[in-house]
Amino acid sequence: MTETVSFPQDRTCPYHPPANYRPLREAGPLTHVTFYDGRKVWAVTGHTEARALLTDPRLSSDRQNPSFPAPGERFNAARRFRAPLVGTDDPEHNSQRRMLIPSFSLKRTAALRPRIQQTVDELLDRMLAQGPPAELVSAFALPVPSMVICSLLGVPYGDHEFFEEQSRRLLRGRTAEEVHRARTELEGYLSDLIARKEQDPGDGLLDELIEERLRAGAVERDELVRLTMVLLVAGHETTANMISLGTFTLLQHPEQLAKLRADESLMPSAVEELLRFLSIADGMLRVATEDIQIAGRTIRTGDGVVFSTSLINRDGTAYPSPDELDVGRSARHHIAFGFGVHQCLGQNLARAEMEIALRSLFTRIPDLRLAVPAADIPFKPGDTLQGMLELPLAW
Amino acid sequence: MRITIDKNLCIGSGQCALTAPSVFTQDDDGFSALLPGREDGAGDPLVGEAARACPVQAITIAED
Repeated sequence: MTETVSFPQDRTCPYHPPANYRPLREAGPLTHVTFYDGRKVWAVTGHTEARALLTDPRLSSDRQNPSFPAPGERFNAARRFRAPLVGTDDPEHNSQRRMLIPSFSLKRTAALRPRIQQTVDELLDRMLAQGPPAELVSAFALPVPSMVICSLLGVPYGDHEFFEEQSRRLLRGRTAEEVHRARTELEGYLSDLIARKEQDPGDGLLDELIEERLRAGAVERDELVRLTMVLLVAGHETTANMISLGTFTLLQHPEQLAKLRADESLMPSAVEELLRFLSIADGMLRVATEDIQIAGRTIRTGDGVVFSTSLINRDGTAYPSPDELDVGRSARHHIAFGFGVHQCLGQNLARAEMEIALRSLFTRIPDLRLAVPAADIPFKPGDTLQGMLELPLAW
Repeated sequence: MRITIDKNLCIGSGQCALTAPSVFTQDDDGFSALLPGREDGAGDPLVGEAARACPVQAITIAED
């Protein structure tokens, strides 16, 4: 075997896959990469193969499997933690997911739109009153999904500085120990919150789960704490990155932004295209629990597999001119939300938030622009969710 | 055309109803359902795309 590409790597441009992934595209649809610890892991880059493998029950999401791949030292913290939904396999995963499916349906999500719009409007009012300039991540991109998930779950937004900081350490901590400590802090906080809610119920999803599941003995207290943590973290970090990086990307593609401004009905397809193009969760992990034959290769039991979302969503056999942003194209069947039983539970909520946030931002501030040169704006390292660390804007 | 939804597989992602809203909907529990009178797909060209969009391949289409 020739020398393999190391994975993950930092992006060179915040909206393109790392330039050094080029050999992976050429060697695809299934090739090898090297993780930080020297381990060789299968890298999936082909769209057809990704769809087949993400629906294959012989690939496991169980992070406590000793063979589960870790793309960085801090990912080893996951071995000490049975993460509901994201880190379990069926049937355990299915029973966890089924508790939540009604709350994330299209109807329930549509009913949240006025609340999302109100949140967005208030944040933009404040930003306009204070600026320019403004720093979009802290003034808008993070507060929108954070307020929405708090209101949905029934978690007090007043505590946002605490849980946003712990989420940041959970997803971007330098060591497994730091990740573990952040998780313990969040568990303690949510455990106390659940105890308070048992005495004094509110009207969020967490209150519903306490009333209907915890009291009935259908879910263990520890499991409910961990489930709430997964929803809280997944509910704000992901969408915040899509809003910040989506805004940056549209500002860097003025002709696409003009097209979108000229025809607002393009917004839903523009959101799908941004999801495809940006692929912020670039590196979904699995471990094989049986041998799998695919694309003329054999993935052996115990092998690690990583799905490079950014390359899969730019597979030229699935999308013509894949490296071009085109808000008018049909980006259907992208796997930015994953595929198979683990496909993002909150995807329709995320779509609603992105549509409302981006439409309102660009409508309310027609002359929005970067406040500093694009090259000076810091973005997130490759071993975490992709997005802007800061986004200074002017108008 | 006859459309079948395997409700044991369905994970309520809503991709079918999002792709072909004239044929698919979600029931009160969030699971995929066919709209009354549209069980044959009502000639909607997006039915195939909706089946392909299903992340758990719970939708099968049988041609008459």
